[in-house]
Amino acid sequence: MEDTNTSAPMKLLVAILFLFLLAPVILVVPLSFSGEQILSFPPESWSLRWYAALADNPKMISAFWTSLTLGVIVTAISLAVAIPAAYVIVRMRTLGSTFLYNLFTAPLLLPTIVLGLAILIIFASVGFLGTFTGIVIGHLVITLPYALRVIATTLGNLNLACEEAASTLGGRPLTVFHRVTLPMMAPGIVAATALCFLVSFDEVVITLFLTGPRLTTLPVELFHHVESRADPLVASVSVLLILLTLAVVMIVDRTIGLSKTFVK
Amino acid sequence: MMTITVPTAPTVSRPALGRTGTAAALLLPIALINAIGFILPVLNLLRMSFNEALAGGGVRETFTLANWTGLFGDSFYVELIINSITVSLSITIATLIVSYPIALYLHRSTGRWRTFLTVLVISPLLTSAVVRTYGWIALLADQGPIVSAIAALGIAPPRLMFNTTGVIIGLTEILMPYMILSLLAGFGRLDPRVEEAAMSLGAPPAKTFWRVILPLTLPGIALGCLLCFVLAVSSFITPKLLGGGRIFLLATEIYDQAIVTLNWPLAATLSMLVLIIFGAALAAYARVLRAIE
Repeated sequence: MEDTNTSAPMKLLVAILFLFLLAPVILVVPLSFSGEQILSFPPESWSLRWYAALADNPKMISAFWTSLTLGVIVTAISLAVAIPAAYVIVRMRTLGSTFLYNLFTAPLLLPTIVLGLAILIIFASVGFLGTFTGIVIGHLVITLPYALRVIATTLGNLNLACEEAASTLGGRPLTVFHRVTLPMMAPGIVAATALCFLVSFDEVVITLFLTGPRLTTLPVELFHHVESRADPLVASVSVLLILLTLAVVMIVDRTIGLSKTFVK
Repeated sequence: MMTITVPTAPTVSRPALGRTGTAAALLLPIALINAIGFILPVLNLLRMSFNEALAGGGVRETFTLANWTGLFGDSFYVELIINSITVSLSITIATLIVSYPIALYLHRSTGRWRTFLTVLVISPLLTSAVVRTYGWIALLADQGPIVSAIAALGIAPPRLMFNTTGVIIGLTEILMPYMILSLLAGFGRLDPRVEEAAMSLGAPPAKTFWRVILPLTLPGIALGCLLCFVLAVSSFITPKLLGGGRIFLLATEIYDQAIVTLNWPLAATLSMLVLIIFGAALAAYARVLRAIE
């Protein structure tokens, strides 16, 4: 319920601050329908020309497909690698579980500008720069910690009794994992999938260091476009990106509930 | 930063996958990626900061402190470092001021309204920094709505883009969600009944705020400020685009040295400097927390 104790001036202030917070994101929607040649707001005429320009821009389109493929592959590898790792760290409590958990989530503590440079220098010596493999590994460095964190938390909150019951009733360890543990982890896995995909799809700083002239992702292409000229093309891409993000969030919401995933 | 705790669960009485060999095999892929994508590159970066840069982008393996002494002997870099820190501090304070009322309001609201507002706060985080910076370019441009509105009031229109002002405005907005969420996390101790008690005992609203609300929310403020400062010092996209290449900060200089000038030892040294500033911010945070307790 809306709070009744808050005074009217305070409510007005909060509304203005919310407007400030959301202004740049909201703005790209009208901007994308601009009929102008250059970036100006409010536009003097309206049209769909920048959506048409986008459809005629092979560089943007190929960057989009690169990002999409990259996001799917990075997410798949992240899950395949993080699920067993989380299981070992949380359930088997091997020697130094805490140390391993901290080590594997440590890349999130480093700024991406430093991480990107560090990876650039190593990858330059092995010829990974400007290659798809190089970018996949670069993204995994930051998606894996997220995946591990989300899945380990889910696993830690699960009730052990079900697994123990399955074992007692004669279930083989792999069967128990596959038929009992994995289904119970589903909400965490969905959350990790969405998070990994969005992180990979949006990643720009590390990727900037790793892309080459022939291989580029959508955020990197957008960055270079904004850097070199100011036209409404980026607005039309942005609107499509926001719609894609909304779609991912809605899927998560339908599956397990948004508040359970992002708001804790 | 925040303390990390491993989510714990009691050991399965009959370890489901048994031997340590299996455990090691399951951990191998993540360890491998961690090693080649994180440990090795970061150690190599530290080593690189002691190498010598040759003209034309070459690097000579050696052990010299020249990059470090050169940094502090060059007035351009001394100014760049001081500028980075002061700009980041300004951004942190501005972010705190514009985020605090939202956080307080969110803390007081309940039910679906609160969920809705929380989604509004988080939604910018799901939007690329490039897109949000682009939005600010449109808003702050010389012929843009904000400059025109100021000019319409009869005030000499200021330049809001391609200068420090623009970078501060853009980054403040971009870091707001982090600040709001940190503040909310620290607002747990703020019970509305305490405020009511202060008010009913006759304290005017301003006094209630300064003497009751603010002291109780200091831990959240400290956490939010640490996070925003650290993110501001290392932010790259917004200063690069809104600064139009005319604003020189640590992160933009790291990129330029690495990609344009190809001076990797210098870029590595600047990166290590960013990490040292992180360490200092963390130490300051720990001290502030102890003082609050």
